[in-house]
Amino acid sequence: MNTNYIGKGTSRVDGREKVTGQAKYAAEFTAEGMTHAFVVSSRIAKGKIKSIDASAALELEGVLDVFTHKNRPKLAWYDKSYQDEDSPPGSPFRPLYDSEIQFSMQPIALVVAETFELARYGASLVQVEYEEESHTTNLKANREKAYNPKKYKSGEPPKSRGNMEEAFAGAAAKVDQEYFHTSEHHNPMEMHASTVVWEDDGTMTIYDKTQSVKNSQNYIKKIFDLSTKDARVISPFVGGAFGSGLRPQYQLFLAVMAALALERSVKLVLTRQQMFSFGHRPATIQHLQLGASKDGNLLAAKHEAFAETSRFEDYAENVVVWQNTLYKCDNVAFDYKLVGLDVYTPLDMRAPGGVTGMYALESAMDELAVAAGIDPVELRLKNYTEKDQNEDAPFTSKELKECYRQAAEKFGWEKRNPEPRSMRDGHKLVGWGMASAAWEATQQEASAKAQLTADGKLIVSSATADIGTGTYTVMTQLAAETLGLPLEDVTFKLGDSTLPYAPLEGGSWTVSSVGSAVKKVCDAIGERLLKFSRKLPGSPFALAGLEEVKFENGMMKLKSDPSKGFYIKDIMQQRELDVIEEEVTSKPASEQKNYAPYAHAAVFVEVKVDEDFGTITVSRVVSGVAAGRVINTKTSRSQILGGIVWGIGMALEEESFMDNTFGRFMNHNLAEYHVPVNADVHDIEVIFVEEHDEIVNPIGAKGLGEIGIVGVAAAIANAVYHATGKRVRDLPITLDKVM
Amino acid sequence: MNQFEYTRPTKQKAALEQKAKSPATKFIAGGTNLIDLMKHGVENPQKLVDINRLPLHKIEQTKTGLRIGALVANSTVAEDKQVLEKFPLLSQALVSGASAQLRHMATVGGNIMQRTRCYYFYDTALPCNKREPGSGCGALEGINRIHAIFGFSDKCIAVHPSDMCVALAALDAKVLVTGPNGDRSISFLDFHRLPGDQPEKDTNLGPDELILAVDIPASPFTKNVHYLKVRERASYAFALVSVAAALDIENNTIRNARLAMGGVAHKPWRLLGAEKALIGKQVSEEVFQQAAAVAMQGAKAFEHNEYKLKLAPNSIVQALKNAAGMA
Repeated sequence: MNTNYIGKGTSRVDGREKVTGQAKYAAEFTAEGMTHAFVVSSRIAKGKIKSIDASAALELEGVLDVFTHKNRPKLAWYDKSYQDEDSPPGSPFRPLYDSEIQFSMQPIALVVAETFELARYGASLVQVEYEEESHTTNLKANREKAYNPKKYKSGEPPKSRGNMEEAFAGAAAKVDQEYFHTSEHHNPMEMHASTVVWEDDGTMTIYDKTQSVKNSQNYIKKIFDLSTKDARVISPFVGGAFGSGLRPQYQLFLAVMAALALERSVKLVLTRQQMFSFGHRPATIQHLQLGASKDGNLLAAKHEAFAETSRFEDYAENVVVWQNTLYKCDNVAFDYKLVGLDVYTPLDMRAPGGVTGMYALESAMDELAVAAGIDPVELRLKNYTEKDQNEDAPFTSKELKECYRQAAEKFGWEKRNPEPRSMRDGHKLVGWGMASAAWEATQQEASAKAQLTADGKLIVSSATADIGTGTYTVMTQLAAETLGLPLEDVTFKLGDSTLPYAPLEGGSWTVSSVGSAVKKVCDAIGERLLKFSRKLPGSPFALAGLEEVKFENGMMKLKSDPSKGFYIKDIMQQRELDVIEEEVTSKPASEQKNYAPYAHAAVFVEVKVDEDFGTITVSRVVSGVAAGRVINTKTSRSQILGGIVWGIGMALEEESFMDNTFGRFMNHNLAEYHVPVNADVHDIEVIFVEEHDEIVNPIGAKGLGEIGIVGVAAAIANAVYHATGKRVRDLPITLDKVM
Repeated sequence: MNQFEYTRPTKQKAALEQKAKSPATKFIAGGTNLIDLMKHGVENPQKLVDINRLPLHKIEQTKTGLRIGALVANSTVAEDKQVLEKFPLLSQALVSGASAQLRHMATVGGNIMQRTRCYYFYDTALPCNKREPGSGCGALEGINRIHAIFGFSDKCIAVHPSDMCVALAALDAKVLVTGPNGDRSISFLDFHRLPGDQPEKDTNLGPDELILAVDIPASPFTKNVHYLKVRERASYAFALVSVAAALDIENNTIRNARLAMGGVAHKPWRLLGAEKALIGKQVSEEVFQQAAAVAMQGAKAFEHNEYKLKLAPNSIVQALKNAAGMA
């Protein structure tokens, strides 16, 4: 297909605003008479508040109020009122609801004052007495208490097939190992913040850090019994979220509560420490058993997981489903259990379940390759599946074989000596490892609106978000492409609850879902233009259908004779139209149900290990990605790069230290919670493998937000084994585990 | 807000007088650590005396060596020609610390006075004898991965976070301070304290004293030096273990040696015994290993920092090899 914008490396349309500081984030909005709030966090992990004394704070001039469970306004009673679009089954946390403490750093009071400094100081004066109860925060020590939740929102273990035990017993090559990773926190650069502007008419305009303004709006509507008009939620820019904004966080609840009670504007920004007080990637123990024939055919596979959740919600994710997606095997068994701990409910974090499950599965596959004496890539090709065994459905498309081939070639995999410790660079051991990756490529229902004005300018909008992913840019490209308009004549609007419905900005489905709606609404505008043009004097379109015309360079043209056509502006002007407006809803085609939609990747990694110190450098990464049509080569590459960098962090650095005595995460700042710095990131190459997919969605794009991170941790762990001969089955692979 | 007064005297005398008035007064220079601690509620000074206008910004040659003013920025010291020429070890240590932005702000005096990175010290909801004497030590039975293996007490197992100080300890620097009774010079090894029963006291600097400068005596350690820092990422991370190694080698014989470690104790940890084990010996890996073994005598680990018992001697050997040009 010849395109003007799709598949090109268009720079971000919001790039200039961002780098010049003009893009405004939730905490940067202000209004006259703005008050500032600060959260008091619980010291203990479990128990009750015996007493809470805010008198010293209230005596300060400029402190307006201190909200606690004792004096909070009346709130909704039903659990359902506190649920949001991303709630797992259970009973959602209710801030300031009663005296019960359910997790460390639980918000227990909110100080509202005329300035931020005063609110913060006031918070330090609030005296709390607790009735402590013993807590449990250690996953490994409480594994025997694991249970299967009554209801899985996701992550339900697939059905067993065949006879795994028997097949495993008879296998020639076997792996039977456990893998573990700790809790990790999202830690976007921008802290969670809500700025509630109290308008003269008693309504609220709420600037919130969120991955869905509709989700935030519905949440507070239900809790505070508000109408849609009472609370407009706006979120034009988000400074990273990675899933932390999929659920409304407690700063939104508290800021709105205070604004309603005081009838004042309220701003509440969480501290970096408080960013460790809510959802996180759950610590997970995984047990893998793989058995293969002598020549590497997979005979048996078992994948079971034990993951932490809170006492009040059953958070589960797709950890044990990937064997069925990646490798053909007839004797399989799966289980996924939860362990309730006195922590906040875990929360989707970039490729939730996928990075966890495929870290273990792809590590075990590497171990199987060693056990069977087969090259890791060859083992994967041997067991390649053309069907997703979860649903027994063919893939909408799957170019994973090409991913292996192209990435391996670029990496130079054929020169690999399979022997561990066989490669050196001076004093350092060199290791090469690889892993496969898959991620869901679903389409959700989404709506979009378009307005074409007489000057030929187009505004398209949907209540989605751009969390740094490139949504503004990609939607602008899709609209400009569909109606043949110059990019600068197209504006895409998002992050406003008055706009048409969009699903949560997550799941790698924004391009497929919102993009499909954008395309559809632009097609609808095109159809209107066609109708209007038919009656124009000398119209070449009198008998033409939409499929017979094309839009290019601001014109509508006849495909069969592109020299014939009208400028869009002329159509508008000649028909005396001020504006053409359309709003559509796009739903996944029913045909999709018969197929399994997945993006795939193959990641190849080189590490250099200094054994004296146990330090690891990821010197080279090549990732081959097959994710359907690439809309924007530049933002797409950025997505994959970001995923790979985070994969390096997951493999080597990221770890939230839980002190089980206090039931509290201890390294709650960015100096001690390590994510990669520039100096940790070396040569990274991203290859987009060509993949045509007419089924997955009308755009043919699979989404790239998550696939980039998925295989990285396993590939690095496998490379570390190849370098050192030491198999570390516990992430992050810090130096103490390697030395 | 947490009200505090702020003054910016131009005279040393005025600064000292203002400090002497109340123990809740703090000097502030670059503020890269103090401001952070104030935001976290760890430090709550009632008054800040900004000393940036005092004339302590010079690096000057003295009869005995080099004098570096307390207010010289870390980055300035690291790039100073005389420092690079005469004390390259100090420059190496400085550039391995923090980030470029922080090094521009942080001063020499402030670096010496910076406080530990212990998680429990930073979290005001939890016990910490250093922050709140008598409240207990959370790290003792808690997350103690980054903690001490030497010189700790049952009251505190925190480590000093500075890189610069490790080099200064190795180079036999002295800290020139002044107070109501005039100037005095404190040997670098006596400047910082071990925690003992008073972990709240990081240093032996009097509450009414001010750091004026650091004096580094001229030394032969201009060539065979190495500052090695092991950390969990390639930049912007505190040392798990660091080693400042300086050798004076002639005809493959070690005439003199200096060795200090960071990340292992409540103060920069000078390795005098290991130095003795090196002096007079021929340069060899075996000799370095013997010195490392001496250095590690008396080391003891906690639940999460046992790796330091291996990492520390490995680091000593590697730092010495690098210093000797063997790497």
